[in-house]
Amino acid sequence: MAEAAPVLLAVEGVTKHFAGVTALSDVSLDIHPGEILGLLGENGAGKSTLLKILSGVMPPSSGRIIFDGADYAPSSPQDAKRLGIVTIYQELSLIPTLTVAENIFIGRAPVGPFGLVSWKRMERDSRDIIARVGLSIDPMTPVSALSVAEQQLVEIARALSLKSRLIIMDEPTSALTETEVQRLLSIMGRLRQDKVAIMFVTHRLEEASAICDRMTVLRDGRLAGHLDRDKGRPIQLPRIIEKMVGRAASELYARPSQRAVAGDVVLSVRGLRTVRDPEAPHAIVLDGVDIDLKAGEILGVAGLVGSGRTELARAIFGADRIAAGTITLDGKQIAPASPADAIALGIGLVPEDRKHQAIFAALGILPNFSVASLGTFSNGFGFMAERRERDALSGFRKMLSIRMASAEQAIEGLSGGNQQKVILARWLARDPKVLIVDEPTRGVDVGAKAEVHQILVQLAARGIAVMMISSELPEVLAVSDRIVTMRRGRITGEMPAVEANEEKLMELMALDKQDALGQDALGQDAEDQAR
Amino acid sequence: MSIAEEQGQRGGATIARLLMSFGPLLFLAALVVVFTVLKPSFIDPINLFNITRQISITGLIALGMTFVILTAGIDLSVGSLLAFCGMVAAVVAKGGAANTLSLSTSGTQGYGWFAALLAAVIVGAAAGGVQGLAITRLKVPPFVVTLGGLTVFRGLTLTISNGGPISGFDASMRWFGTGLIGPVPVPAIIFAIAAILCHIVLRYTRYGRAVYAVGGNAEAARLSGLRVDRILVSVYVIVGFFAGLAAFVLSARLNSSEAVAGIGYELTVISAVVIGGTSLFGGIGSVGGTVVGAALIGVLQNGLQFNNVSSYTQSIVIGLILILAVAFDRWLKSRVRR
Repeated sequence: MAEAAPVLLAVEGVTKHFAGVTALSDVSLDIHPGEILGLLGENGAGKSTLLKILSGVMPPSSGRIIFDGADYAPSSPQDAKRLGIVTIYQELSLIPTLTVAENIFIGRAPVGPFGLVSWKRMERDSRDIIARVGLSIDPMTPVSALSVAEQQLVEIARALSLKSRLIIMDEPTSALTETEVQRLLSIMGRLRQDKVAIMFVTHRLEEASAICDRMTVLRDGRLAGHLDRDKGRPIQLPRIIEKMVGRAASELYARPSQRAVAGDVVLSVRGLRTVRDPEAPHAIVLDGVDIDLKAGEILGVAGLVGSGRTELARAIFGADRIAAGTITLDGKQIAPASPADAIALGIGLVPEDRKHQAIFAALGILPNFSVASLGTFSNGFGFMAERRERDALSGFRKMLSIRMASAEQAIEGLSGGNQQKVILARWLARDPKVLIVDEPTRGVDVGAKAEVHQILVQLAARGIAVMMISSELPEVLAVSDRIVTMRRGRITGEMPAVEANEEKLMELMALDKQDALGQDALGQDAEDQAR
Repeated sequence: MSIAEEQGQRGGATIARLLMSFGPLLFLAALVVVFTVLKPSFIDPINLFNITRQISITGLIALGMTFVILTAGIDLSVGSLLAFCGMVAAVVAKGGAANTLSLSTSGTQGYGWFAALLAAVIVGAAAGGVQGLAITRLKVPPFVVTLGGLTVFRGLTLTISNGGPISGFDASMRWFGTGLIGPVPVPAIIFAIAAILCHIVLRYTRYGRAVYAVGGNAEAARLSGLRVDRILVSVYVIVGFFAGLAAFVLSARLNSSEAVAGIGYELTVISAVVIGGTSLFGGIGSVGGTVVGAALIGVLQNGLQFNNVSSYTQSIVIGLILILAVAFDRWLKSRVRR
């Protein structure tokens, strides 16, 4: 594909340091007009850092970026847009209360006489623009009435109207249904013909393989390599995985030693279904999940974003409402109506989104640690027993090697890994029977990942039943004793970790064929309803 | 300033951090110095105690408001609720609605100060609880619920009082507003005790921890097993309780419950809390800050009056100080972050 066309964007030896940590080290890549470049890598490989640099959020520490033949050093995301690079993030940046047309022309509405907004022109122009991305909706529809997929297309349309030469898409397919993904991919193909360059950042290897002309793979902040199509044929998955995982993976995700023998079933879930929230019709609902969790075992739950893995955790934890099904803990049926109920029963949850769901950013480490055990750390009159609280914290500080200055230190000042350890300590202080960890190493640097894994293994060794949800397959493979895969609110497979490998799991997690094999027409109905 | 300067060698961030803790206090000290220079009799103990009496009414409510704002809430109804509770206290002190027109101050026909006090705080707490339930159950934002409350309680006040004041309480009740213990006015002592209790609750109890957690991150608090709704209701009960207590003290001081009492108090009260460094976004703040904030407003009002600045101009100055105080706080925080 990329023959003699001049390079549009060249990244040369870019490095980025954060407070002593090297997030990106000597990375180079280039992209040509009319080319789709896949940017791949595990979580923490440095993709988001590179994205932030390219989209003008922050400058590199060293290295050069050349865009369209000139040095490229945007001072802000607005500046990057002006220069011709638009980034579309997972969290869309449209304003839901405004119309499609207003969103497309935000800040640059066409004006008529007297400097008043010309609604007629705005409507006509936006109609043309959204047609380019295959949308046939009224441009005067408020964005809040659109599905996530349609909103994404509106963002792309806006990028096109800004005359962008390079569109960076960060995980654009993670919240889409299969049909919507196909539509997006075909639109990407059309943009390629219009000589727009696209950088496609994704975890989904099949999609990347299907559409990308070339790929750049990052690993641990370094360039792992470039992949090209072989005589026009798509880049094969094993080649990608090999580059992504690399040799280092065997050390990084070394299977921690000391495994416990799984004991009795502690938690048993049967036929679990959740309710569709009328306010969020596109959200995932659980569709009859069965799962068993044994004492002293780590059950890995592998699934892509939108597979229902987080919803499963939240349903067990009493955070979401359950429509049908039973949960049994230690042989007794339970029905936690709130997290407080679940916690009292001995269940803990380390949520997926640390910043919004776990951390009290304004508070110190001590209150962050003890918030789930205020009863344990207070006397009969409701006064905090601060001595006991501090002693407990310093015990966990040693046990989990939490690197912190003092109990008063703001938790925000800790690294992601140490924050996560404080959250783990929060639950360990309660000595739970069941601990659910959702993406336990997201936003945790490479070194601390292995530590978190080791902690999970130790907890299992103490007899805690651990359920670990993760989208990082090497992590699932290294840490789990048993693995289940999820897709669209259902369990699609189960196997002992020793029998699993990335390809097997990826198939069960991601492929439609499996659906056709394992599910009947009922599944199709549910999908149609979802639309 | 000398403490801050000593630590200054360790970098500007340390100074900023110290200023953040003591900023409002320094500002207060500076105001006292300025007013003393302008008119030395300002520093006279009689005047200072006078200030403490003046700030104790809004100060009491501000203590309760600190709990509310720590949860990222707001209560706009406190001024009206104060008038309502004051009227309830007056009716009880008078021994029933039939006696309210009597100006007699002999306590014989009423139910006494204790019943009046009890009625005021119970009605206040209950009214707060109802608003709290409306916020948590009906999912209506606190701003809207208490804005409605502001109107409703004023209307109730006018209804039971027929628009007029209820005056003339017995000496034992008036003591709570006008009495002195040594040189110290009784309202100031009530305020001080309440402030110490609130400080202890917020700083040293399980409940206090929960309040900060709910305000800091309600979702994380829920996922940590806190009963978020109950805590939210409780803070409105607390602010209602203090509105009732303040109402009792105010009626005792004026020897009268006015239907138009407390108009605009919500703004003074919120100003005191915010000037004291409590974040309107929740999770950050302290009782100490609120006391300083209330004192700052009191000193400002008194000092300006002392220097014959008209009450019109006073409003302008206090409004500007509010904005400056918060801007200063923001600026300091941005320095510390860096």
